[in-house]
Parts: sequence; C-alpha cells; structure tokens
Amino acid sequence: MLIVGELINSSRRPIAEAIAARDKAYLQELAVKQVEAGAHIIDVNCGTSLAQEAAVMAWLVDIVQEVVDVPLCIDTPSPAAMEAGLAHHKGKAMINSITAERTRWEEVLPLVQRYKPSVIALLMDDGGMPATVEDRLRVAGRLVPALVDAGVPEEDIYLDPLVKPLGVGSTCGVEVLESTRILRQKYPQVHLICGLSNISYGLPERRLLNRAFMVMCLSVGMDAFILDPLDRPLMSLLAAAKAVAGKDDYCLEYIAAARAGKLVV
Amino acid sequence: MPVLEEIKEALMAGNANKVREAVTRAVEEGVPPGTIINDGLIAAMNIIGVKFKNNEVYVPEVLVAARAMHAGMDVVKPLLTGDALQEKGTMVIGTVKGDLHDIGKNLVIMMMEGAGFKMIDLGIDVPPEKFIQAVEEYKPQVVGLSALLTSTMMQMKKTVEALAPYRHAIKVIVGGAPVTQKFAEEIGADGYAPDAASAVDKVKELLGLA
Repeated sequence: MLIVGELINSSRRPIAEAIAARDKAYLQELAVKQVEAGAHIIDVNCGTSLAQEAAVMAWLVDIVQEVVDVPLCIDTPSPAAMEAGLAHHKGKAMINSITAERTRWEEVLPLVQRYKPSVIALLMDDGGMPATVEDRLRVAGRLVPALVDAGVPEEDIYLDPLVKPLGVGSTCGVEVLESTRILRQKYPQVHLICGLSNISYGLPERRLLNRAFMVMCLSVGMDAFILDPLDRPLMSLLAAAKAVAGKDDYCLEYIAAARAGKLVV
Repeated sequence: MPVLEEIKEALMAGNANKVREAVTRAVEEGVPPGTIINDGLIAAMNIIGVKFKNNEVYVPEVLVAARAMHAGMDVVKPLLTGDALQEKGTMVIGTVKGDLHDIGKNLVIMMMEGAGFKMIDLGIDVPPEKFIQAVEEYKPQVVGLSALLTSTMMQMKKTVEALAPYRHAIKVIVGGAPVTQKFAEEIGADGYAPDAASAVDKVKELLGLA
C-alpha cells in the first residue's frame, strides 16, 4: 500500500501563500510531518507560481529533499516544470501525471524515459474526462501497453481512474470502484491510485465520505492513495481496512500501529 | 397556501413534479407568467443561492432545485409573448483552454439563469478565439471565465488579454478554486467571485443592477 501525502499543493491557499513567500521552514515542516504520519511519497505542486512554475518547482524539490528521505511526486501538467523538478530530484521520483492526450503524452514521455520515475497515468485522452467504466478501460488499454513499450516496467505504472464528485452524479463512486475491480484483474502488476477528496466535493462532512470511499476502493484492489496523512482517523481506518482486506500478514502492521499509539477510534 | 408560495417551497425542496404542477395551476388561476417567473421561480432560486453561499445547502441540492426551476420554466415560457420576459442581461461563460472542469461553471449558470440572465455556455476547454467569437455573436454584457487548475490560470490571463478590444462593452468576471481577488486584479479582470451565488451579486454590481 502506497501513501502519497497530498498537502504541499498550491491549490490549497495557505500553501500557495507559503510558496509565494518562499516560506521554507513551513513547507519543510509539513513534509516532515506527513512522512512521520506514514506518507511514503510527498506530492509537490506549485501551479499557482504560473510563469515561474519551473523555477519554483526546482526550489521546492530542493528544500523538501533537504529534510525527508522519501521520494517526491512532481505534480504538474507543465512539461517544463516537470523537467525542472525531475532534474533536481535525488533518487527515483514519481510524476503526476501523464495521460493519453496526444500533446501531453508526447511532451511527458521523453521525461519518463530520461529520468525513469514512477508514473501516475490518468485514464483520460483527447476525448476529455472519462464518463463511464468503458471509457476508463479503453484508455487503460492504450496507456499500459504504450508505457510498457516505451520501457516503463508495469510496477512503475500507477493508473488513476479519475474520481468525480458524488455531489454531481450519484454513480461517480461506483464507476471508479467497478473500473478498479476490472483493472486489478486485467493488470495484476500495475498499481491503481486515486485522490480521495474529489469524491466529496460539494457535500457536508467531507472526511466521512473520503474515508468510506477509501475503504471501498481498497476492497476492490486500489493499492495507492493520494491523501492527507495528517487525518488520523483516515490513517487508522486505512490500517484496519488493510488488515481486513488480507493485506497485512498476521495483522502485524495493525498491531504495531496500535502499540505506537497511532490508531484513533 | 398561495400558489406562488407553493411554487417556491416545491422548488427549494427540489421537487420538479410539484413545481410543474403548481406552475400549471398558477397559470390556470390567471397569475401572469412574468409574476410566476420573478416572484416564484427566480425568487426561490435566489433563496437557494443565499443558502448555498452560507453552506446551508449543498451542491446536489442546488442541482435538484435548478432542475425543478427548469421544469417550471418549461411550462411558463411558451406563454410569454415578446418582451414579457425581461432578461436582465446576457452572459457568455466557459472554462478556459486546457481545463475540463465544469461543475463550478454549471453552478454559476444555474444561479445566473435563476436570477434572470440569459446564459451562453461555451462549455469546457474554451480557447480565447471562441470567447471572442461568442462576444461578437451574442453581444453579452458580461463574460465569465472559469478555471479549476492552477495550471490553467495562465490561460485565464491570456483570455482576458484577448478580450481587450471588447472591454468597453463587456465586463469580465473570473472564478474557480485557485483564483483569488488578487489574481483577478493582476490579470485585469473586472470582478472575482468565490462562489456561484456571489457571482450573481458581483455581476449585478458590475452592471449597476444591484
């Protein structure tokens, strides 16, 4: 199970402000806290830096890697910013993301081949956001072989089925669950990842929906999540759900987490 | 209960069938179509808007209320003759190029329609040329730009720049998760609104209708 800590993202206003002010201490502390809470990878996104995005991404990668040993997830649709982040990253990075959109594919693939990061691949193409399970399977059917042909091992591929808000479509959750279940069978070696918080957009008590969604995703084979690792009830539930799903031998991780006082009921 | 109150209550509850039924009854009772729209449908949508702004109702509730409003409009619109339906203005709206998000934009459309504006929806991933084309064709008073991605905020700037020759006739309003008042000022937009109901207030303010 892979946890990508999502908090250093400039679409969150305090982060945008911290990045604009080059508040190194604040951002470093947030990275450290996420790793301590169980994140295996730290997402870095600085899209609000606009024209300076590439330079800021390089800076962000530098300062975060000063204080944590885990890999970073270079989160940007801009090839220039992605390249800057990858060039500054020490060790094997992750990128978020490549897609089957023609331009994005052509611009990002050379970076993947050059820097060999783990790759989050969004299941969308030039037709836009996927509307059905079939859309997602069709795009996955193109992306996975194409990435493998380009030299990316299946173990480095993380497919993101793209989560849309339940608030605008009651079946948005089910679509992702069904896609995940089928993709898991079809591609046993490929990872399946999603961000949790989209599901609850526009609804009350969002964390509750995020948690329910996480447990259900996990039960159909999702094995990586982009989430807020500082949400302790969420992380506790993840530990419990992993044990129940048979992904924690002898429940040892669950017991260890309980003993360390990490679990809240 | 007076029939207009019934319409409002059913609309706020998101009950499309009941709205349709109550609007039909209002027409039979001789309530003027304009009154049904303004004091029934639009009045109720305004209340929903305020509640949404105050986090008292949620996105799905706005969607079902808007659906109910449209059900009522479908009954009463064919009865309107000529200029009986006084639209408050025309607004062209779209999500800028590179951005495929439409929820926020659609909420703005619903609230603006609910407030009596004619809305031209250009959809998602809209390049600056298409905004210009729409401005030429529909002669709106307002253009609304939406962006949800930090990465597409630059497109917003480009679109505002492309609209420069038309700015004597149109106001440009921007919104979306990463957008701020400061950003709106930086790129030279006339207004910014943090949510759909505020967008209505902002547009009315910009057009001097407030």
